[in-house]
Amino acid sequence: MGNEKLKSTRRKFIKSAAALAGTSLGLSLLNASGLLIHAAEPEDKDLPWYGIGIDIEKCIGCGNCARACKMENDVPKEPFFFRTWVEQYTVKNNGEVDISSPDGGIEGFEQKIPDSDIFKSYFVPKMCNHCYKSPCTQVCPVGATYVSPEGVVLIDEKYCIGCRYCVQACPYGCRFIHPVKNVANKCTFCYHRLKKGLAPACMENCPTGARIYGNLRDKDSELVKFLKEHITQVLRPNLNTGSKLYYNELSSEVR
Amino acid sequence: MKFYIPPQITRLALAFAVFIALFLVVRHQIKPKSFGKYGHYRAESLVENASIDINYAGQTACFDCHEDIRDLKETDAHSGLHCEICHGPGEKHVNSADAADIIIPAGREFCGRCHSKNAGKSEDVIMQVDLKEHNVGKNCTECHNPHAPWEMKN
Repeated sequence: MGNEKLKSTRRKFIKSAAALAGTSLGLSLLNASGLLIHAAEPEDKDLPWYGIGIDIEKCIGCGNCARACKMENDVPKEPFFFRTWVEQYTVKNNGEVDISSPDGGIEGFEQKIPDSDIFKSYFVPKMCNHCYKSPCTQVCPVGATYVSPEGVVLIDEKYCIGCRYCVQACPYGCRFIHPVKNVANKCTFCYHRLKKGLAPACMENCPTGARIYGNLRDKDSELVKFLKEHITQVLRPNLNTGSKLYYNELSSEVR
Repeated sequence: MKFYIPPQITRLALAFAVFIALFLVVRHQIKPKSFGKYGHYRAESLVENASIDINYAGQTACFDCHEDIRDLKETDAHSGLHCEICHGPGEKHVNSADAADIIIPAGREFCGRCHSKNAGKSEDVIMQVDLKEHNVGKNCTECHNPHAPWEMKN
């Protein structure tokens, strides 16, 4: 009797194990045929994994980055379309914070507040944070925006339906709808330049070296050195976006 | 133990199977070939994004012809600056070697983008002047050589 029972449980076990193996084999075959799409991007350790470093102390608010970006990427000229822009934060002696960004700082800044009223003042260049857990790619209903194998958040303009979900989802305000193409538009980390071995236009054109980029997987890269030597912070760390834009000297007034 | 499956369930399952099969066939037809190769997107889009033309040629391209400026620039405060920071996108000029294809900037406001006095700029990072006081009415290049700013012209 006991032996019988043991036999039956063993048979059951072998049966279910075989079924499990068969199913996983079948699924893996399906996967190879391209019928299944996996949600998580496979990591390719041989490729660089790009990040950005911005040294607020070095930024002089000349707007070269914003200007270069517009000219490199044919960003619409209207002063409310930006892939990167600069903001000036001025903390007055009475504690008030004045934030200005005339035309995104593209023509530089003029300090309107007299020096005697200023407690401190600094420039904060902003751009896409190229998050690896980016909210904008997660909300896309058609798979038109994604994190590339190099960690660059890109848009598939042919596939985008212009629904604007991603524009709303980005907590850093880094996306806009292109007025002519009617699809989402954003910083591409100058992907076309990176692939040709050139630096992104904004980094190439920063006169003080306030902007740097590099491979986070390479422990000798300029960016990793920057992260090692400075106390850096990302914007809105509480949102857990996996931002890869690291600021040095980021003050608490910055939003 | 024998399972009893009611006939309506079998029919329903069959209908489901047909529906799922149809769905897979239709999806296979309309899904772009490269979709899902790396993730939930068209892999072809990576190539499209990478194939956009550049406008900024990059620092090394300038010095293929303008070695004299490189040598002059190295002697002075603007040594670290890339040419296109002031001269704008140069890819067209690199290909045509036509002076009309590059910007030759001028004016106090242009230099002032970097050098105008502003409390937000660190004195350690950049030399600043008050444009309202410093030689008003004169163009910066009347005294300064932009490639070597401390080589005064008079």
